[in-house]
Amino acid sequence: MSADTSPRGGLRDLKKIFGGGSSNVRQFGILFSLIAIVVLFQFLTNGLTLSSGNLINLVSQYSYILILAIGMVMVIIAGHIDLSVGSVAAFAGIVVATAMQDWNLPWPLAILLGLAVGVLIGAWQGFWVAYIGVPAFIVTLAGMLIWRGGNQVIGNANTVPVPDGFTTIGSGYLPEVGPFTGYNNLTLLLGLIIAVAVVLVEWRARRVQKIMGSEPAPLWVSILKVVLLDAVVIYATVLFAGGRVGTSFPVSGIILGALVLFYSFITRNTIFGRHVYAVGGNKLAAELSGVKSRRVNFLVMMNMSILASLAGMIFVARSVASGPQDGLSWELDAIAAVFIGGAAVSGGIGTVTGSIVGGLVMAVLNNGLQLLGVGADRVQIIKGLVLLIAVGVDVWNKSQGRPSLIGFLTRKNKTGEFPAEPPAVVPTSGTPDSVRPSDVST
Amino acid sequence: MSAEPIILEMRSITKEFPGVKALSNVSLTVRAGEIHAICGENGAGKSTLMKVLSGVYPYGTYSGDIVYQGQVMHFKDIRSSEAAGIAIIHQELALVPELSITENIFLGNEPTKWGAIDWITAKKTALELLARVGLRDDPDTLIKNIGVGKQQLVEIAKALNKSVKVLILDEPTAALNEADSQHLLDLIRGLKGKGISSIMISHKLNEIEQVADSITIIRDGLTIETLDVVADGVNEDRIIRGMVGRSLESRFPDRTPHIGDVFFEVRNWNVQHPQVAERMVVKNSSLTVRKGEIVGIAGLMGAGRTELAMSIFGRSYGNFLSGQVFKDGKEIELRNVAEAIDHGLAYVSEDRKALGLNLLDDIKRSIVSAKLSKISAGPVVNDSKEYAIAERYRTSLRIKTPSVDAGVNKLSGGNQQKVVLAKWMFTDPDLLILDEPTRGIDVGAKYEIYGIIQELAAQGKGVILISSELPELLGLADRIYTVFEGAITDCIPAETADPETLMKSMTSARKKVQSI
Repeated sequence: MSADTSPRGGLRDLKKIFGGGSSNVRQFGILFSLIAIVVLFQFLTNGLTLSSGNLINLVSQYSYILILAIGMVMVIIAGHIDLSVGSVAAFAGIVVATAMQDWNLPWPLAILLGLAVGVLIGAWQGFWVAYIGVPAFIVTLAGMLIWRGGNQVIGNANTVPVPDGFTTIGSGYLPEVGPFTGYNNLTLLLGLIIAVAVVLVEWRARRVQKIMGSEPAPLWVSILKVVLLDAVVIYATVLFAGGRVGTSFPVSGIILGALVLFYSFITRNTIFGRHVYAVGGNKLAAELSGVKSRRVNFLVMMNMSILASLAGMIFVARSVASGPQDGLSWELDAIAAVFIGGAAVSGGIGTVTGSIVGGLVMAVLNNGLQLLGVGADRVQIIKGLVLLIAVGVDVWNKSQGRPSLIGFLTRKNKTGEFPAEPPAVVPTSGTPDSVRPSDVST
Repeated sequence: MSAEPIILEMRSITKEFPGVKALSNVSLTVRAGEIHAICGENGAGKSTLMKVLSGVYPYGTYSGDIVYQGQVMHFKDIRSSEAAGIAIIHQELALVPELSITENIFLGNEPTKWGAIDWITAKKTALELLARVGLRDDPDTLIKNIGVGKQQLVEIAKALNKSVKVLILDEPTAALNEADSQHLLDLIRGLKGKGISSIMISHKLNEIEQVADSITIIRDGLTIETLDVVADGVNEDRIIRGMVGRSLESRFPDRTPHIGDVFFEVRNWNVQHPQVAERMVVKNSSLTVRKGEIVGIAGLMGAGRTELAMSIFGRSYGNFLSGQVFKDGKEIELRNVAEAIDHGLAYVSEDRKALGLNLLDDIKRSIVSAKLSKISAGPVVNDSKEYAIAERYRTSLRIKTPSVDAGVNKLSGGNQQKVVLAKWMFTDPDLLILDEPTRGIDVGAKYEIYGIIQELAAQGKGVILISSELPELLGLADRIYTVFEGAITDCIPAETADPETLMKSMTSARKKVQSI
């Protein structure tokens, strides 16, 4: 591959800017869709989309959906689904709110209580999915009813307010410290740290590639990548830091950022993460490789409920009260984000970052249409169509033997990447094809 | 017999798959009202030939002619061959378990009146058909509530409803007990009296000897001979000679075995079928493996070879009943796959795509997937070690790929198998169980894989080699166990083994074997 004589070499290198190999072309495509949508709405709303106030609002308004998407992508990679997340969020919210109101539980303990609720609910649902073998669709459909009802039993179908300290996680911002600069200093610092981190990560990646003896992308690609990313980071930092006095980067956004980093690491770099992909990709092969698939399924379902509880608490903190209608149809937003972000319905495929980008596409779309004054009814129709078309284009391309939209556009130069050696078909009277599990479609 | 007119003739059928020639100039002649058996080892091409005949592989995907009732036929799918009067009954029955006998017989062929299904006619016809096949069950009984033997009869009734003239039966008695088998064979004989020809594929040579009028033997995709049972005085030994009598050229790398002491032993192993509790899939089996030894396991399909191997490998198949495993003189418990791997066992599955690999994964991740702890610090996988290890195996096993980042689904069968072997070599096993390691792999890659197996043995590891190909076992193994109906029937040292003796032990519960 080092002797890259194909005329498309430049384009392939360009794709490497976003880590796009042949395996994650769909994420590459969806990232461009996100940029396109942002630019489109920026134009249509006369610059309102990328204003400080709107950006800050966007983050605090959608952080809980994106947190759900993180858990959901792991559930979907493992080959399941979780329909109960909205109800679990509502249940955890009401428990926490009630505990603070009736028992005067201090808010930090209340947050721990909320997470404990998530652990218990997750253990319950995980038990049914992993150890009894009830499909997650059914278990979480039941959970959707149970926890929604539970919310209304505990709160008497009323709204329960939460105290001030607690609201920080949902509606708090980075505080003002240090000298007056006209910007929020902590947000500037955060932006600086991220900008430097981008450079360090890229530099380290190149070094590792060299040590491993694989050919890294040309230097100009790395530089362009770092410059582009840092430009985005700096632009966003200035916007977030320069909002109305008293606002800055939301605390919920920081929680989200930390979770994205943490779960990206878990899914990409840990044994557990590998096992999640293995179970979703081919459960039988995973089990024959010593993977304890039941434990993996249990933990994945449990993790989802913990994140749902956290999302529920952030929402309650943002709306200053827990109500009976909290978290309604969140599961659908989270699932849509995951599939727009490139996950496969059959499991085994998907990434945390992809799902976040997918969730952002939905968030920007929602937000932009609202700014334009489009009614909630029409917004729903548009979101539904976007989901259908995004996944539809992908599925159709795959059925045509093409990797994705981007793969389609660039496929002419694809020949010669693999030796033209056809896979051997098995002409044997051994295990008949009819009893074999059908090939996992990629 | 020869007085009967020829109803079906397959002339010089050649069928190729990418990289493999499954059938080469195979010819078959069936007379009206005869029972024609097709014999051959697993993988000889019998099923492929029948798939060509029944239109599963449509006209145009093979070369040669199918002449049926004097006409060259161009079947484009199973429906068109059925319409002509050729019906195939598969090993795995194509019945819907939740529907009744009547509904199954008429599935896809329902009699209608005014656009609605005419159940009265259907039931009446069903009763007639059931009487013809000798089944006295209520036609409203659900398929799942009748045994496999009766299901087989329903399949035949379904075929008779389509006024069949040639009935193809693929291993019809494989899943049947003695009585059901006998009933089925009687039925086939009865159909013959009514002018229906049957083509029967079977591994049970005694049955073939009993009912067949003529026998065509296929080996390595070639027609070897066609025998007239009466005129040629055919018996089991004669068939076996035809089936296995190929020369053992130098298809195997040279090797001088260095065999050490017994280090692995299985005693009195008993396993039940996972669903059907009364069915024993492994019966009181014992075996030993020495260091540096390649131990072969021979048996026909369904004999219980894979079941034996998988149940030893962390009880990954069936319900474990009783038995002991000893390694290095100590009894060990292998309750799950993780424990088996920790005790130095490795199992390469016969079904690479369904059980061996995650086809969504790339090469490097696949190679390390069975022992991630080896390249991890705590829970964190070290990517650079992973890459380095994958590169090492790519070089040493000569896996043909531009990069170890490539998906395993892009590899050919032989290279996929090398990835699976690398995956298990990476776990540092002491005992490798290889289940059909060369299935579906072309000759060149086979030779390379034989070399890898021998190299593993030379390193002092024990290897259990399960194979349907007798030459492979004879060429590689130091000692061969034969398995028949879940039990080990014999243990033959390679020096004294030959295809005929193996085939005999594989087709009958001959002698009681004592482990050496």
